[in-house]
Parts: sequence; C-alpha cells; structure tokens
Amino acid sequence: MLAFVVQRLYQAVLVMLAVALIAFALFNYVGDPINNMVGQDTSQADRERLRQELGLNDGFVVQFARFVARAARGEFGLSYQQARPVGQIILEKMPATLELSFVAATLALVIGLPMGIYTGLHRHSWLSQLLLGLSLVGVSLPTFLIGILLILMFAVVLGWLPSFGRGSVVTVGWWSSGLVTLDGWRAILMPAVTLSLFQMTLIMRLVRAEMIEVLRTDYIKFARARGLTNWSVNFGHALKNTLVPVITIAGLQIGSIIAFAIITETVFQWPGMGLMFIQAVSFVDIPVMAAYLVLVGFFFVVINFVVDLLYHVVDPRLRVDRERVGIG
Amino acid sequence: MTRRLLWVCRCALSAAALVVAVSAIGEARTFRWANDGDPTTMDPHARSDLFVTTFDMNMYEPLLRRDRELKLEPALATGWSNIDPTTWRFKLRQGVKFHDGTPLTVDDVVFSFQRATAPGSDLAGQLAIVKEVKKIDDSTVDFITDGPAPILPNYLVGIAIMSKAWCEAHNTIRAAMLKDEESYATRNANGTGPFMLKDRQPAVRTVLIKNPDWWGLDDQPIDVDEVVFSRIENSATRVAALLSGELDMVCNVPPQDIERIQKTQGMKLWETPELRTIFLGMDQGRDELLESNVKDKNPFKDKRVRQAFTQAIDEDAVKTKVMRGFARPTALMVGPGINGYDVTIDKRYPYDPVAAKKLLAEAGYPDGFEVGFDCPNDRYVNDEAICQAVVVMLARIGVKVDLLAQTKAKYFAKINAPGFTTSFYLLGWTPTPLDTLHMLSNLAQTRSKDFRDGAWNEGGYSNSSLDELIKKIQVELDSEKRNELISAALRIVKEDFAYVPLHQQIVVWASRANVELAPMGNNDFQLRYVKLN
Repeated sequence: MLAFVVQRLYQAVLVMLAVALIAFALFNYVGDPINNMVGQDTSQADRERLRQELGLNDGFVVQFARFVARAARGEFGLSYQQARPVGQIILEKMPATLELSFVAATLALVIGLPMGIYTGLHRHSWLSQLLLGLSLVGVSLPTFLIGILLILMFAVVLGWLPSFGRGSVVTVGWWSSGLVTLDGWRAILMPAVTLSLFQMTLIMRLVRAEMIEVLRTDYIKFARARGLTNWSVNFGHALKNTLVPVITIAGLQIGSIIAFAIITETVFQWPGMGLMFIQAVSFVDIPVMAAYLVLVGFFFVVINFVVDLLYHVVDPRLRVDRERVGIG
Repeated sequence: MTRRLLWVCRCALSAAALVVAVSAIGEARTFRWANDGDPTTMDPHARSDLFVTTFDMNMYEPLLRRDRELKLEPALATGWSNIDPTTWRFKLRQGVKFHDGTPLTVDDVVFSFQRATAPGSDLAGQLAIVKEVKKIDDSTVDFITDGPAPILPNYLVGIAIMSKAWCEAHNTIRAAMLKDEESYATRNANGTGPFMLKDRQPAVRTVLIKNPDWWGLDDQPIDVDEVVFSRIENSATRVAALLSGELDMVCNVPPQDIERIQKTQGMKLWETPELRTIFLGMDQGRDELLESNVKDKNPFKDKRVRQAFTQAIDEDAVKTKVMRGFARPTALMVGPGINGYDVTIDKRYPYDPVAAKKLLAEAGYPDGFEVGFDCPNDRYVNDEAICQAVVVMLARIGVKVDLLAQTKAKYFAKINAPGFTTSFYLLGWTPTPLDTLHMLSNLAQTRSKDFRDGAWNEGGYSNSSLDELIKKIQVELDSEKRNELISAALRIVKEDFAYVPLHQQIVVWASRANVELAPMGNNDFQLRYVKLN
C-alpha cells in the first residue's frame, strides 16, 4: 500500500510539472501583458523596464525554471492585474468554486440517480420518454445558453432569484460560505442547476443503462423466482450492483465540474476560480493563469488518487489479485 | 403581573426599535451599478487606466477636476496661474481634511507628485515635463516645468493627492505595482473626496459611503449615502441584472441590447458621444510593406492611395449598419470636446468608390493590391465588425485585405513600438489631457529614436512642416494663437491623408428611470452627480 502511495505521489509531481510546462508554452500565445498594465502615456523606456522587471525578456527555460523553483516554495508571485499575491487571490476564490461544485454534484446525484432508476425500471412509460427527451436537450444545449435562459426566466421575468454574484457570505477563517444564508442559497441555485445539468444527464443515463443491464442477469431472475418483493429486487439487488461504476464516474466527474465551472461562473459572475481564470486570460495575467492550471492539475491528481483507493475498498477482487501477486 | 407587563412592554419596545432600525437601513440611499471592468487597485498612482482613475477619483481628489461640461474647475486648488512661462502656481484650498481626519497641507501635494512620478507609479509619463514641485508657503505650491507647458493643468486632473502621513504610516510611500508584497494602498484608501472606501473585494464588489465631512458639500449636496459597485463582465448578465432591478445603472451597454432596454418600462438610456476617435492607419514609413503583394515599393507612400482608401470607406454605412447609429462620423482625428477641435474643417471627403478606383489607377494600381490588416476584437465597440466592413468596402475598389482580428493583448504587441509590425490597422485614440496636441505628438509627429515623439505613430507618418508646427504648439501659452496653430496642424493631417478617421463612438449607459447622473465624454463617472429620485 505504501509503495502504491509513493508511486502515486511521484506520478503526481510529474503530471503537475507537465501541466506547468504546457501552460508555460501556451503563455507565449496569449499575448503581451505589458500593454494591459500600463497607460497610453507610458514611455517605451518604462515599458521595457517593466518587462525586464517581470522577467518577460528571459528565455522560456529560464522563466519556467524560475516558476517551478518559486512554486515549490509555495510562491506564485503577484497578480499583474491586482498587484496582490496570487496564493491569496486563489484562496479567496476557492470556496466559491468548491461550494458551487459541491452543490452541483449533489444536485446531479440526488436528481440524476432516481431519474435513472425510474427510467431503467419503467422503460416504456411516457414519463421516461419525457425525461430522456429532456435530458437530450440538457446535454445538447450549451451551458452559457442555459444559464442566460435561466436568468431571463427567474431573474428578469419572475424576479425570484438574483442574476449574478454569491449573495451574502459568512467568513470563517479563510473560508467564505454562502451556504449558511438564505441569500446565498438563492444565489447558488441557478448556477448550480446550470452546472449540474450535464452531470445529471450523464448519471441518469448511466444508471438507466446499468439497471437495464443488471435486470437482465440471471441472479435477478432467480431473485424474482424466490418470490422476493419488487422493492427488494430492484433496490436490494439490482441497484446495489449498478452503483460501483456510478460511484467511479461520479467521482471522476467532480474534476470536470470544477473545470466546467469556468463557463457557468462567467455567465453568473460567480466569484470563483473559473471567473478568476477567465479574467486572467483576458489580461494576460501569467502568474494567476499558471497557478490556476497547476492547481487544477493537482485537483485531478488528487481525485484520481482517491478514486483509485476507493476501487480497492469497493471492489474486493482488486485486493485479492494484488495480495496474490504479493505472495507469489 | 406587573413584571410580565413590563416584560411585554420591553419586548414591544425593542421590536419597535428593530423596526425603526430596519426601516432606517431601508431608507439609506444606495446606488448600485456595474461595469465590465474592475478598478483593479485603490491606489490612484499605481495605474494609468481610465476606469481605475475614474473610480478612485471619487475617493481621492486632484488639484483641478473637470465639471460635467468637461471644463476645468477648482478642486483641491482654488486658483492657478502662470507666474512665468515655466512656472505654474497653485493656491491650495484651506480647511480640507483627509478621511482619517488629518488636514491637507502643501507637503501632501509635494509628496503626492513625488509618489506619482517615482518608480512603481504609471503616471510619470504624463508628468514628464515637470522638473520640480516646490512648496512656497502653507497655501502655495509651484510647478516648475522644462519649458513652457500650456496644458499642464489638464494633466493634473488625473493626479490624486494622498496623505503623506498616511502613506508613511502604512509603508506605501511608493506606489508599488509589482513588488513581492501587496501595497497597503491597493485595498485601502484615504483621500479627501466625497466618498470613502467601506469595503473592497477585488474583482467582485466595492462599497463606498458618503463622506459627511467633504469640503464641497455646501455647494454640492451628495444625494446617495452608499454606492455598491459590482463587476459583471458578461454583458447579457449585466443588462439582465439591470432589468431585474438588482442594479440601478450599468455602463457600456452593447449596441444589440439597446433596443430591448429602450422598450422596457422604467428604464432609461444615457448616450454620450465619446472623445475617442476610431481611425485607420497605414504604414507610410517602410520602403516595402511587410504584408502586401506589392514588392520594392510602398503604395501607402503615395498620397493618392491614401486618398483612395479614405474615399472608399462608406462611414455612413458603418454608422447605421455596424454601429446601429451609435457613432458620430468624423473627418478629423479629434472630436468635439477636445480642445483645438475645429468644426469648420470637420467635413468628410465624400464616399466615392469610382473616384477612389480612379485614384488607385493613377497611382499605378488599376487592379488594386493585397494588404494585411490588423484589428483588435475586444478593445472598441464592435471593432472587429468595423474591420470586416472595411474589408468589404475596399474590395469594391479592388484592394484585397487580409484581416487579422485578435485580442488586444496580441494586437498591441504586434503593432506597437518597437516593432510596428503592421501595414494597415484600426486604432482608437483619446487624448489624455483632452487637447489636440496630445493626438498630434503621439500619432502625427515624426517618431523619435526613444519613441517619446510619435509614440503611437505606428505607420511612421512623417511631415517636417507639421513637426515644426507641433513644436510651436507645445510652447505657445496664448490660447487663441495656440488654437490657430492647432487648426493649421489638423488641416495638414487631413489634407495629407495621414490617417483615415472613421468616427467617435457613442457610449451608452442604462439606468432605472429614477436615476440622474452625469456621463461624460471622457468616460469619467463622478458619483457626486448621482441622484436617486
């Protein structure tokens, strides 16, 4: 087990280095930050001085090495746009994104799972057809369009929910939470629904397919032959066996929810890391972009790691195989 | 029994107090507005970004400011004059206090100008002509300049006065833009202005409250108690937030949303002709264009080609089709509101593709030629769409234009000094001091080696008689004579077809019908003018 963890950590470092390297290579194509930072009356000499101070004249390798060396010490420099430490900015934005992702993932599970079970059990009912049809709309409409439509409906026409921002937040230490105020819940509803739609559809379709698959198997037939109740067959036997792949996929999707949050956050002006990243891109705020990409890389590595560990917990066969190999 | 009665009474009383308190909050006059950009720093010296300066100048104040008609008016200075050609003397307003209670002194003024010109500040470029700022007595300060400086007062509008004691106490005597630590002044403010900083969440929300001790309250009562600014980048969301009643006002309404707001009850639009001129520039410096099929010569060196380009552009169509009417076609490189603008010569060469094609043929290009075209796609209103229209219009006279529209960070890196790697481009220009000289010396003067002159003359335009004229304008203190010289210079730029001026864009803001405000052509937004009826 320890060897496994060490090996994983080693891989994580490699992955993050690779992410940073690719990110840095891309920064050469986003443009020149200097013109965004200074006014039209700043002299050419002053522009050149600023460029020198920021180290933008150094070669790619030098810039990359400097970034890695500083990042290893937890320093990401100052944001070009805000003139504040990048680490501090990210810490400020992280709770917003994590809360949004958490609520979106919960919504996807809590709504997607029952819908999947229902459409799996009642394949030909009109409600199933309706849900499947709606889910098709859910996956095919782009996120920003769904967001704008929701805003139009619930903020402009009905006036029920706020169209932007996080509402009022309560700060505990460095964490700011919108989930403890009514205002915050009102604000998170539309962004969370927008963000969860895709995952919800995915989970529903996955559960449905797995259910249909499992319901055809022999042991379900035997269970029915034993005279068990429908409830016991459907939920005690069938559902339990569909959950293993669902947990895996849902876990892995948390990473993409955080990544997908970029678009949702832009539409709803949700003050999270995704919005921060978009702002950084348009300003060519290299320190913020670099730190964000490395951080997202880190998230994915951690999530994958946890999922790998869960595999071992959930699926006994994996453990047995490995032990046998160990003995052999 | 009595005790219980007392208890009930006390409860009722405190409930009543609560109601009173709540309704008092309800009565606090809050003005909520949003823009696509954020005032990235509260430090008024750190950036020379239009929106940052505009925002911060509600908390800080300059010596002189502009009124709603853009005329200079006294702010922290009560009077100013030229005591000799190279000295401007300012009288400081007495009895002014900073938000923290310390009184404003001449030392603060001297300190502020040192801070604004020191490394770490981005304002040095505007004050390059100032040699020294000298304290004369407790109410007088002199600005000694390197030669006569007729428009120095115009520049001072953008320089905020900070408290020396406050900056020293918080270790921010330099506007640190990019050191390893955040400067205290980045998220805190202590000015003398009509509003005080209450809460600052960078890129999210900034809350200002009325300064009850502002020196100007007698002449100009301030109507709002609290101002909440939110940054909303997505224009659809911004407009939706206005329509849903979450905001009182939004800046920069995109042309496609204007009609919708117009049709909504209880909303109103604020249209302001901006002072920025959108124009096309051509590389006239190189002997061979970088991006063209014409080899060994540069077609733009021929005045007839430049005239052909000018007459091939149907600006009326650009105005109605691309800008949906929100533009003011111009023949000059400056618009009304800029000192030196001359209405008598602001007459466009007529749109005439036939004449244009003839001019091209005379210049030796009967079948036109091919040229690259640089354009930003996120800098000006509908910039990329304007460029696409230009491509179509030039195709009619046989010129094949290869459009490269890209984000401003890439666009400016391509066309700016020192490379100037462009053959043909679209740019916009607002003279910082709202004076024509600034346009002339940046866009029309021959480029100097250090690019101090002609810094934004991307096309390398050069005309020695114009250069002479510009040098005279720089030192002429008599404003009548000076404006005559400016007219002559504008005439040369026009008749030489140095640029192809297109239009001044009209910026549109939207608000609820009960809001009164004073949008200004330089995009200045002074919250002291806001009224909620």
